[in-house]
Amino acid sequence: MYVAVKGGEAAILATHDLVAEDRRGDVSIPEISVEQIREQMQLSVARVMNEGSLYDEDLGALALKQTQGDMIEAAFLMRAYRTTLPRFGSSVPVDTATMAIRRRISATYKDLPGGQVLGPTYDYTHRLFDFALMANGEKAPPAMAADYALDAAMPRVPDILGDEGLMEVEAPPEHDPRPFDLTRDPVEFPAGRDVRLQTLSRGDEGFLLGLAYSVQRGFGGNHPFAGEIRMGEVTVSFVPEELGFAIELGDITLTECQMVNQFTGSIEQPPQFTRGYGVAFGHAERKAMSMAIIDRSLKAREFGEATEYPAQQEEFVLYHCDNVEASGFVEHLKLPHYVDFQGELELLRKIRREQEERLAERKEAAE
Amino acid sequence: MLDGDKNIARQRWMGILARASAVEIAKLLSGLGDLPDYHIIKRPETGTLMVEGRAGGAGQRFNVGEATMTRCVIRLTDGRMGFSYALGRDRVKAEHSAVIDALLQSENSTSEMLQSGIDALERSQAEARDLASRKAAATKVNFFTLVRGDG
Repeated sequence: MYVAVKGGEAAILATHDLVAEDRRGDVSIPEISVEQIREQMQLSVARVMNEGSLYDEDLGALALKQTQGDMIEAAFLMRAYRTTLPRFGSSVPVDTATMAIRRRISATYKDLPGGQVLGPTYDYTHRLFDFALMANGEKAPPAMAADYALDAAMPRVPDILGDEGLMEVEAPPEHDPRPFDLTRDPVEFPAGRDVRLQTLSRGDEGFLLGLAYSVQRGFGGNHPFAGEIRMGEVTVSFVPEELGFAIELGDITLTECQMVNQFTGSIEQPPQFTRGYGVAFGHAERKAMSMAIIDRSLKAREFGEATEYPAQQEEFVLYHCDNVEASGFVEHLKLPHYVDFQGELELLRKIRREQEERLAERKEAAE
Repeated sequence: MLDGDKNIARQRWMGILARASAVEIAKLLSGLGDLPDYHIIKRPETGTLMVEGRAGGAGQRFNVGEATMTRCVIRLTDGRMGFSYALGRDRVKAEHSAVIDALLQSENSTSEMLQSGIDALERSQAEARDLASRKAAATKVNFFTLVRGDG
């Protein structure tokens, strides 16, 4: 039970001023701009766009500035903002096979068509501080460019094995139905793949990472290989009703992960590799990989596998991976619960009183 | 031109305009001198687009998340309609792009001038893509010599 509390208005207004001052920090230090955050904190911006479920780099940067870098609070701002906007429609499904690749690696094939492209990554850095960045000195030297461009389209790695029938087929269901949209309809269980993937794609990176790790450590039956990770720009197309033909609205950066898992087969299916899929806005590999592992573990029911671990239980995963909802519920505990607590306090006093009386009676009887 | 060809030409310039910056588009229009008279049919409006993906890249459709987009519709005094749709929230760019879309639909000296501007934007967009791709290509692994790129 929540109780309306009056009398805090002045205190609340004062806290708005105080948090604004706190956010600004030492005024002798130049203020950070939204453009600086957008250009130089891109991975944070990507995370806010993912968990806020809204692609807009400027707003992601503004959200980070406004919340002093609190990712979940920033995602909350994105979610709140989108509810104020009309929905113009849905895009044509993006085609990641024609992505303008900036990074593409496979842990399952060394030599694959299109090649292994490391791209911008911290994977091969030594994780040592670069104090030159602190000194605000050096300008980054321009990155080297090869004299050739990458292939315009690169096959998605699981599709290579698909030709041999060794890989679970990913094909659209009959009539290629419109996907479920959790922003409009309540989630029901058992949840379809479209419901699961939409929920995971806006899920908390940390939560999904922990669950994915649990699968790897044995709290789940899968042994994943990173079949492919790719990052780059994909074209977003849309068919406006007024025009009746598709037009391109621009490009967005996506990270896609295809996990490949062992599957021993069942009575109906011969042994084959099974797939887990992850995709995320911006450069967000850890998120895409975690999502792909969880997508596979949540297929347990479809493959007739036991669902004994958290990562295999869709209700557990889908209901708890949303950090905006989760923090809303955990943090609502900060709101006044005075009456609730008074009630509990009264009850406890009463129980204690009764117990003391009973003990006293028994003592009397014994004497 | 057949309707289909017209649509293809229009798809091309609308895609180029959507990718161009507000500054580039304003510059394109300012090259014309005075702006033509036009009525706003639909004010520049920002909304969202649900971005769809496919499981595994080619399978079942699902919603990845929304993106902001802005649209605008105008009508020139001669009746031609101009539309614009682009990712992002830039309302000035949306209005300018809709005017350019309307102007490009006729064949006269104005549309020719705009067309050459569109061609130039397309080239610079292609160059930027090519440079990004060549920078990525410099990080392509060569397992035999373990040397990066050609540098």
